[in-house]
Amino acid sequence: MATAGTPTTPLLELKGIHKRFGAVEALSGVDFEVFGGEVVGLVGDNGAGKSTLVKVIAGTYRADAGEYRFEGRRVQLLSPRDATDLGIQTVYQDLALCENLDVVANLHLGREQLTPVVPGVVRVLDELSMEQRAWRFARELHVHIPSLRTLVADLSGGQRQAVAVARAVMWNSKIVLLDEPTAALGVEQTLQVKELVRNLRKRGLGVVVISHNLSDIFDITDRIVVLRQGRRVASLETGNATRQDVVAFITGAEFGQSVAG
Amino acid sequence: MATPTASEGAKAAPARAGSPGRRDGRPRGFAPRLQGDIGALPVLLGLLVIAIVFRIANPFFLTPGNLTNLLVQITPIGVIAIGIVLVLLLGEIDLSVGAVSGFCAAVMAVLSVRHGVPGWLAASLGIGTGLLIGLFQGVWTSVLRVPSFVVTLAGYLGWQGALLWILGSTGTVNLSDPLIVGLVNSRLPVWVGWALAATLVAVLWLSAWWGGARRRRAGLPPGPSSRTALLALASAAVLGAVLMMSTNRNPRGDPPIVGVPTGVAILLLLIAAFDFVTRRTRFGRYVFAVGGSAEAARRAGIPVTRVRIAAFALGSGLSAAGGVLAASRLYAVNQSSGGGEVLLNAIAAAVIGGTSLFGGRGSTWSAFLGALVIGAIANGMDLLAFASSVRFMITGGVLLLAVTLDSYTRSRREKGG
Repeated sequence: MATAGTPTTPLLELKGIHKRFGAVEALSGVDFEVFGGEVVGLVGDNGAGKSTLVKVIAGTYRADAGEYRFEGRRVQLLSPRDATDLGIQTVYQDLALCENLDVVANLHLGREQLTPVVPGVVRVLDELSMEQRAWRFARELHVHIPSLRTLVADLSGGQRQAVAVARAVMWNSKIVLLDEPTAALGVEQTLQVKELVRNLRKRGLGVVVISHNLSDIFDITDRIVVLRQGRRVASLETGNATRQDVVAFITGAEFGQSVAG
Repeated sequence: MATPTASEGAKAAPARAGSPGRRDGRPRGFAPRLQGDIGALPVLLGLLVIAIVFRIANPFFLTPGNLTNLLVQITPIGVIAIGIVLVLLLGEIDLSVGAVSGFCAAVMAVLSVRHGVPGWLAASLGIGTGLLIGLFQGVWTSVLRVPSFVVTLAGYLGWQGALLWILGSTGTVNLSDPLIVGLVNSRLPVWVGWALAATLVAVLWLSAWWGGARRRRAGLPPGPSSRTALLALASAAVLGAVLMMSTNRNPRGDPPIVGVPTGVAILLLLIAAFDFVTRRTRFGRYVFAVGGSAEAARRAGIPVTRVRIAAFALGSGLSAAGGVLAASRLYAVNQSSGGGEVLLNAIAAAVIGGTSLFGGRGSTWSAFLGALVIGAIANGMDLLAFASSVRFMITGGVLLLAVTLDSYTRSRREKGG
């Protein structure tokens, strides 16, 4: 997939984002950018503003102030639909899959392909085309599920995550946001998800991974952005950073404050 | 081909995560396991048991005359149960189906008898009333967010009152319009019955063969191997049923009584039609999706509210159709139309047949099979001159068993995932 993000222009760029809920300033002047073919880790303690930022990116929230640029152009998102139309897909922690439907049906949820049975009058689900498309993406993304006609209810946690991510990627997406993708997974399944993320990077997508698991973050990201109390306190190249650095930024220890503060 | 639903899922036990599934992508195994979707299998076994038990007790049970009678008896409940299935698939409930069936039948009867409206129009308006009622109840529960249990319970009371009001002081309306009365009480010519059955079987086999050929050409793995067996079984059942109904049910009398009863044909047509809608159309997919996870459906862009309203409307429309058929069978509408056991039998039929009370699983064929179980128990009990008390207790026990089984398989699956 070709991306519009060049080495100099980010795919997604947020500048000076402010978001307040009543008396609480969830985000204060946060900058955030993602380049194509890059995996950015978004870390921070609970309440640091990670989910708020993700929801602003996904169009669920509208920022009170700040700039939102996609492929260099300024855009105004009024709803999650606008973000999806741009090619920004979010995979939330609950995955939003229908367990009673099979993998093919979930991959096409809301985007079912139809074929006419009685021309102009009756249209039915084009199961064949949908299954073909599903197989194609499963192969390309190295998703390991023996039969795509398996019901999601019968899949393991890692396979479900793979289905959710595959669904996010299948529809001309350019940016994928993953919220705690490995939180509920075992070792083997975590490896599968990490491989999937690397695949996305290879395809030129911009990937944002929110995670509490620093070893996963160090494993798969190119850059780490740390939020603390609604502000961006660091943006580190993963290769040049240490865990102590990141933990320090998360807790504020670099400013001389106590670890518990 | 089509997404496996509850009844097919039983025959296509999917490769389980972590287990050595076959690499060619074909769902593994033929034998259904207790840890997945066993769908229609328990019902079929149950029917077999019932058939054997009652046949031993009274040989008359399995005669063509009695079996045809049984099919006619279950026609109204079967149609109402289709509507119940639609609502259950959403994960909702409709307690007003009995009252709606009675009220809409009364609308038809009053229009036909007291206002001289032609039969076809009166029946259509009766069913239309049902659609409107479903629309109203659907909007009240989906838009105003009042639980469907409450809205339809209010409907249960309200439409019952409306029935009494519309019938007026006489309390009964006797039907004489030939079309209305003929809906259940007439019989199709024998050749028509055979033609319909042959067409149905031919269509099923052709589409299965053609679908298989398309899959091979597209390089997709073949569908579940048990599908052919299921198809063979279904074809045998259809042809066997038509054969039975085409034999003379009145051998010692005159004139001979042969042919598929019209009502039975209507029931099977409606089941097939709504099976098509639920499994093959986008709307049907949306119904299953909302029943599986309304939140996931919403985030995927599915118009959840509209889907809910449409399903309730269709459900009540089918209740009305069932009411029309019930009135046809009785040659009248009276104050007890749609009352009594109608509601509970319809829900029990859907659930016994394999539709889950928790939403997202089921098929319209479950309406038919469940109605058959309930009807067979009632029919058999009548033949053996058992008191109603025994029938109630046994039907209640069967329902409990069916729901428990549904609950059990569902929880096993969640643990295994």
